[in-house]
Amino acid sequence: MSTQDRPSGSPGDAAAGPPDRRDLAWYVDMGVRVLVFAGGISAIVFIFGIFVFIGKEGLGFLTGPFRPGEFFGSTAWRPTSDYPTYGILALMAGTASVTGLAMLLAVPFSLGAAIYIAEFARGRTRETLKVLVELLAAVPSVVWGFVGLTVVNPAIISVFDVPVGLGVLNSGIILGLMATPIMTTLAEDALKAVPDTYREAAEAMGASRLQVVVRVVLPAARNGLVAAVLLGVGRGFGETMAVLMASGHSINVPTSVFDSVRALTATIAAELGETADGSDHYRALFTIGILLFVVTFAINLTADLFLRGRGRR
Amino acid sequence: MFQPTPVDLRNRAREGLVRWLLLGLTLVIILPVLLILGVLAWKGTPALSLEFLFTEPREAMTAGGILPALVGTVWLVAVALLASVPVGVAAAVYLSEYAPDNALTRIINLAIMNLAGVPSIVHALFGVGAFVYFFRFGTSILAASLTLAVMSLPVIIVSTREALQAVPRAFREACWAMGATRWQTIRHVVLPNSVSGILTGVILEVAHTAGETAPIMFTGAAFFVPFLPEGIHDQTMALSLHLFIISTQVPGVPEPVPFAVALVLISLVMSMNAASIWVRTRLRRRKKW
Amino acid sequence: MVTGPAPPAPVPKVSARGLGVRFHGVPALSGVDLDVAPREILGIIGPAGSGKTSFLRAINRMDEFIPGMEIEGSLSLDGRDVRRFRNLYALRRRVGVVFPLPVGLPLSVYDNVALSPRLSGVRGKDELDGIVEKCLRRAALWDEVRDRLDTLGSLLSGGQQQRLTIARALSQSPDLLLLDEFSIAVDPVTTMRIEDVLRELREEVTIILVTNLVQQARRVADRTAFFLTGEMVEVGPTEALFEGGARDPRTTDYIEGRFG
Repeated sequence: MSTQDRPSGSPGDAAAGPPDRRDLAWYVDMGVRVLVFAGGISAIVFIFGIFVFIGKEGLGFLTGPFRPGEFFGSTAWRPTSDYPTYGILALMAGTASVTGLAMLLAVPFSLGAAIYIAEFARGRTRETLKVLVELLAAVPSVVWGFVGLTVVNPAIISVFDVPVGLGVLNSGIILGLMATPIMTTLAEDALKAVPDTYREAAEAMGASRLQVVVRVVLPAARNGLVAAVLLGVGRGFGETMAVLMASGHSINVPTSVFDSVRALTATIAAELGETADGSDHYRALFTIGILLFVVTFAINLTADLFLRGRGRR
Repeated sequence: MFQPTPVDLRNRAREGLVRWLLLGLTLVIILPVLLILGVLAWKGTPALSLEFLFTEPREAMTAGGILPALVGTVWLVAVALLASVPVGVAAAVYLSEYAPDNALTRIINLAIMNLAGVPSIVHALFGVGAFVYFFRFGTSILAASLTLAVMSLPVIIVSTREALQAVPRAFREACWAMGATRWQTIRHVVLPNSVSGILTGVILEVAHTAGETAPIMFTGAAFFVPFLPEGIHDQTMALSLHLFIISTQVPGVPEPVPFAVALVLISLVMSMNAASIWVRTRLRRRKKW
Repeated sequence: MVTGPAPPAPVPKVSARGLGVRFHGVPALSGVDLDVAPREILGIIGPAGSGKTSFLRAINRMDEFIPGMEIEGSLSLDGRDVRRFRNLYALRRRVGVVFPLPVGLPLSVYDNVALSPRLSGVRGKDELDGIVEKCLRRAALWDEVRDRLDTLGSLLSGGQQQRLTIARALSQSPDLLLLDEFSIAVDPVTTMRIEDVLRELREEVTIILVTNLVQQARRVADRTAFFLTGEMVEVGPTEALFEGGARDPRTTDYIEGRFG
């Protein structure tokens, strides 16, 4: 594989001059370079592919039955009726309410945990906490949905004395728990990225650990923390199975946390299997997919900008 | 000598309070995992038996076992890894060892970040549009696994790249100075010293992939298949989808059964995670430079 | 000007004409005209930042690995322009390099020394054993590691790693050896032993020795060049330079320790 001629002659055979042939090792390296380059651009190819394949199906809807006023302004999602209407307002409200509540619950806990793990916990405690947060991240989303269905649901019913426990509150709690590990981990990374010299300088001036964290570390890590929260929002926004199972899945603009709602992602998951390839309904679901793709793309891009901002400081 | 002033005392008290508060917040997000594991174990164990693991479902999935789902998940994950690991490792090697600092590299990094953020259901749509219909794989293990592979690609790239970057640059320079090509350097010095790091990431991604549901729902995993898959063009059951189906779509399933399925799924995932953590701590303990 | 048929002059091992090196556009070295004859030891002395290391980096074309590094002017090895090489790896295999900071690769001591021969296609165990022992002996490391050739090179002490680095450079059987302040990480006794080795190698190999120790150049080098702030001030026979024969007063000042 990596063989080629031994540099010719004995050392000091200067008159021969260094050989300048492209040998096997040179060609192998070039071959590997081409191969790994193909792997390197695969991410671009797939992002582009996702956009093309989803766009292709969605375009059939956008140039056909799509009416922007109805699509974004109506709460009537009736793709299977004799006179189908494709309004996703209620679905957007469902997604927004669930994600919003999840963030309301998850952000304080995640940031608190990140600060504790990064700035206060030491040694073994710290490693244990980190491992446990990783385990939290490992629970599959369908198991979270199942927990919403079988644990959180009866809990909500008995605590709040409501007839059904599936809805905004249930899926908000589940989604919050799901978004927590990624936000905690990223926020902890952001805090760790603050150079120790900052902390030492502040401590040398007599600041307490708490003062150091509040006045020095948090402001310095601000951009990274914002990025962590944004990526958590993206995670919640795109979550499918857990929301499908814990939200009650009825089309509704919620007026209370106990209302049942339906999310954009869950709608695709629930209906794609029943649609015929190429039908308006099928294409409408792909159009929702475009929306999801574009919004998560925007969220990720913004998070990336914040992370870059951190690099510059 | 130094008497604490009232301000010092107040600060100290405040710091203690905040410390406990933060610890409380941390515990609140950690306790649920333990709670979930406890509940699943408690309610699922009664239905768990060797027969449950090694027989097929009967009576409209209200009785019998989960063998086809278990085997199906193994198929789906294995085929997905066969596709994603070579591509992902190649991409990471390119980015870590070959890529110049230019616009293309920045675009690749941006693409990786965005690919990682694409919702799983959008991956499912892509799988349906691309693999099921366009490439005519139909709903099959192949289509489902490729969908999973695209989804796990960014994670594998990022974790592999981190493992490669953990090898100090001085080692590479020493090799290059000897006239080793970049590939010889990678093969003889970089890869041997990062393989456990790469493995950690891959095992973790196995766990993640095994638990995915949305991407396989419409691309290859089926409601009920009464036989084991024989090749990548078959449809198959999968543990994750099976859990979804028997807990939401099938009436009359005895209560412990879905808990047992969830318990099996989460045990699978957690043991993979534990393996990954084990590899990582071993790796840290064995200092090589 | 020489007219008429001249006797065939030996091709210099290394020949620089108007050589310059820039990092991100900032010149580190400029206008160097210097020939190194086959099988001589050239010492390069000069204070930090004088461009000594840049000169070495240009010879084995490390610019490929250092972002922002550019080479200008002409530089040839055995009469062949290093910038026109189609296979830089072949160039680097003929050139052994020892950096100031020792790098023991995270391979066994044996594999550290055997790596380069193996990459060049040597497979026979006996032949490899022979190369490993010979190179380790020459680098004055054999006695210390002969019983533990399977320990990781990266876990040796700093001084041992530096000698391992030298053994590795020798394992390439280079015909040009570049040493960059190798004695920084080595104790004085070992330094002396390595200097002896360099004098022995002189029979077979051309050596360019960049050193921060003026006396080291005096002990080892046939000719010595003095670099200062990115320029070569002068080059001459070591004896002459050290016996007060320097043309430039700055050279004398540096040699006598008045600055540096």
